[in-house]
Amino acid sequence: MKPLLDWFDDRTGYRALMHEALYERIPGGARWRYVWGSTLVFAFSVQLITGLFLWMGYSPSGQTAWESVYYIQYEMLGGWLLRGIHHFMAQAMVVLLALHLMQVVIDGAYRAPREVNFWLGLILMQIVLGLSLTGYLLPWDQKGYWATRVATNLMSLVPGVGTDLQQIVVGGADYGHATLTRFFALHAGLLPAALIFFLVLHVAIFRRHGIHVRSTTRAPETTFWPDQVLKDAVACLAVLCVVLLFVFKPAIMGQSITAHPGDMLGADLGAPADPANQYSAARPEWYFLFLFQFLKYFHGESEFYGAIVIPGVLMGVLFLMPIVGRWRLGHWFNVLYVFAVLIGAGLLTAQAWYDDHQANYGWTPFWAEDPKKAHEESEAYLKAVEEAEHAAHRAVELARAPSGIPSAGAASLLHADPFTQGPLLFTRYCATCHDHVDSGGHGIQAEKKSAPNLYNFASRAWIAGLLDPKQVDGPKYFGKTKHREGDMVGFVKESIPESEKDEVRDVVIALSAEAALPAQKNADLDDAQQIATGKKMFEKLTCTDCHKYYNHGEPGNAPDLTGYGSKAWLAAFISNPSHKRFYGEHNDSMPAFAEHNQPQRNVLSPHDLALLVRWLRGDWHVADEKNAE
Amino acid sequence: MDDIPLAPAPSKPNSSKSNPSKSQSSAPGTAPLKGKSGDTAATGSEPRRGFVGKMLAVIIGTVATLVPVGAGLAVLLDPLRRKSGTGSARRITTLDSIPDDGVPRQFPVLADRQDAWNRFPNSPIGSVYLRRLPGTDKVEAFNATCPHAGCFVAFKPDRNQYQCPCHTSVFQVDGKRVMPCVSPRDLDSLACEVRSEGADREIYVDFVNFYSGIAEKKLRA
Repeated sequence: MKPLLDWFDDRTGYRALMHEALYERIPGGARWRYVWGSTLVFAFSVQLITGLFLWMGYSPSGQTAWESVYYIQYEMLGGWLLRGIHHFMAQAMVVLLALHLMQVVIDGAYRAPREVNFWLGLILMQIVLGLSLTGYLLPWDQKGYWATRVATNLMSLVPGVGTDLQQIVVGGADYGHATLTRFFALHAGLLPAALIFFLVLHVAIFRRHGIHVRSTTRAPETTFWPDQVLKDAVACLAVLCVVLLFVFKPAIMGQSITAHPGDMLGADLGAPADPANQYSAARPEWYFLFLFQFLKYFHGESEFYGAIVIPGVLMGVLFLMPIVGRWRLGHWFNVLYVFAVLIGAGLLTAQAWYDDHQANYGWTPFWAEDPKKAHEESEAYLKAVEEAEHAAHRAVELARAPSGIPSAGAASLLHADPFTQGPLLFTRYCATCHDHVDSGGHGIQAEKKSAPNLYNFASRAWIAGLLDPKQVDGPKYFGKTKHREGDMVGFVKESIPESEKDEVRDVVIALSAEAALPAQKNADLDDAQQIATGKKMFEKLTCTDCHKYYNHGEPGNAPDLTGYGSKAWLAAFISNPSHKRFYGEHNDSMPAFAEHNQPQRNVLSPHDLALLVRWLRGDWHVADEKNAE
Repeated sequence: MDDIPLAPAPSKPNSSKSNPSKSQSSAPGTAPLKGKSGDTAATGSEPRRGFVGKMLAVIIGTVATLVPVGAGLAVLLDPLRRKSGTGSARRITTLDSIPDDGVPRQFPVLADRQDAWNRFPNSPIGSVYLRRLPGTDKVEAFNATCPHAGCFVAFKPDRNQYQCPCHTSVFQVDGKRVMPCVSPRDLDSLACEVRSEGADREIYVDFVNFYSGIAEKKLRA
């Protein structure tokens, strides 16, 4: 073996290299306080390793970025662990950077002859921040998309070239494929390459001047290997443990792990990016929150100062430290400066956090100019976060459905999902008049209640309420409409109390069965006998005096009860309630939403109409019981 | 040039072989020596080539590097030539779908969206607030994007104001800022007209986006 190694050393000189790498002198002995630089190198190595494997599963494009990250997180073996480590190590790196910087400044290690190395360190810091900014977008979820929109919009404030710069970074006028391919090239190519380049210089120059030691007589001189390496290794392990603690936080907090650990462990994944969908929970990663908060203090065009000038000046002063440090009091200025900046950033971060979360706590912050508005904004933010979580959960539920993610991407799943779109469409088109509120009072409240509550429309409970003399002219049914004085209310109030209860019940069940609601499928099958009986009762109860029902009765006076509440019936009704099949001339004030044959002339497109109908009928994909937690 | 430092190499193995026990400790010593002898050879007997030769070397080297870099830069800068899909009148909805109560309502703007190599027919490219002035058929349109940093503002009916969820900007129902405001300008109003097509009245909006953060309403490409 030895001759072989000798030969190898002769041809490569590896022993000299190893010796130089391992036996660096450390006057005053190995110390724990020297570990920060090494932990940063370690953190970066972890990012390289995990990033490389993530790369193998990732595909940067508008239709595949979220989808591939979803696949890594939820489907691939250990994907959640890989993502979790990468995600939290990135944050650990920022913390370690701050510690490393603080130590260098406190110890005065930036002074001659180490000025250049200090500057290299600051460049490295910018690169790390750039990596985290670009990485935030790559999952292409709502959070990353909207945060990046803000970040790149700020770029346009740079004088002269700002707008062009923004367009080059974004890859066009709009966000899309090119934004992802560019951010990914930056995140996985250019920035890591630059980081490695500057890191090599940083370490080489560090070695050139040796470690900065304050007291050489503290302990006997030693060498890097193995004394300091052991301490470094312990510190790196500790960093990794902290990161793993965050990855496993839900489990540590006592949640039980299901068959899908990716559902709860590791990094978050929001709903797929949607450029047309309001996202009110957009916030940058926590270590940029202070900048986010800072911007709130700059009104109008002074935003330029808050976003570009002041951060630039703050960074510039950092770069000048080695020069400032030459003066007698310069070092103290530098130390105070770093503390002031870090404490200021910390306070701004705390403020941003409390602004958003104050609705959960009783204390009204003293800095709020308008406490009521601040409280409302906090409530709106917390609600948006909750909605974002629901949307993210729903996106995963749909992606997991047997039909899977189509090639158009996961955003198209949400666009075609009644459960997601129904409330938006109802709010936009129906909630001017109609409530959609359950018995607990939860749901969509009408702006001006002037039409029936459509929650659970055509269900047994809904129809039973309609045929209840106490409710029919109440606010849930016809109470706020002109039908309050109509024949139906009169009929229910006069005839129903005189009818056989069983017969009315059978009619309710039979009429509700016309709707074939998904939620009542089993009940309808079980009650086939009653439904058959009920169908025969329509004539006896004189329903068909006004309503058409299959071959009985005439249309034109009241809505046709054939197929009442079914998909086709509801779509036709919403399309034109004044059609003679429905209310005809007795229609109160409901507009026709799709009466024309040409879709572009209608208020509701066929797509939206179908979604609305399905949502009103409770007809959407429900996750398999086995998959549910 | 490379030949010069290589020349003494063959003699080295002998010296390390002859003294194997010291090989490790002498290793750090030999390495700089090697380099030093190489350096002195290079600086001491620097070949005196002509000016033309030096210039040629620099030019040829630069050209050889510039070609791939130039090709790369061209592709990098290509987005500057791309135009957004916005900028023509788009049908948003019918007049009848907006009650004439002066309350703004949010609608998606649908258009054929081009995203690099993909074309998405009839998909959302943005969002507008439409508001029918009380008791009239006149409609106002605002781009839902906050002029401060590009988040979507949300209309709060109970306050009759638009609020941005990001940096606290607030706008009145007519799009005017509530001062003090982080936004450098009012909500971006958009040209809007009601076209009568037979019995129907349709709302068309000239949908465009503007740069954020500046007082000027500067059109995005």
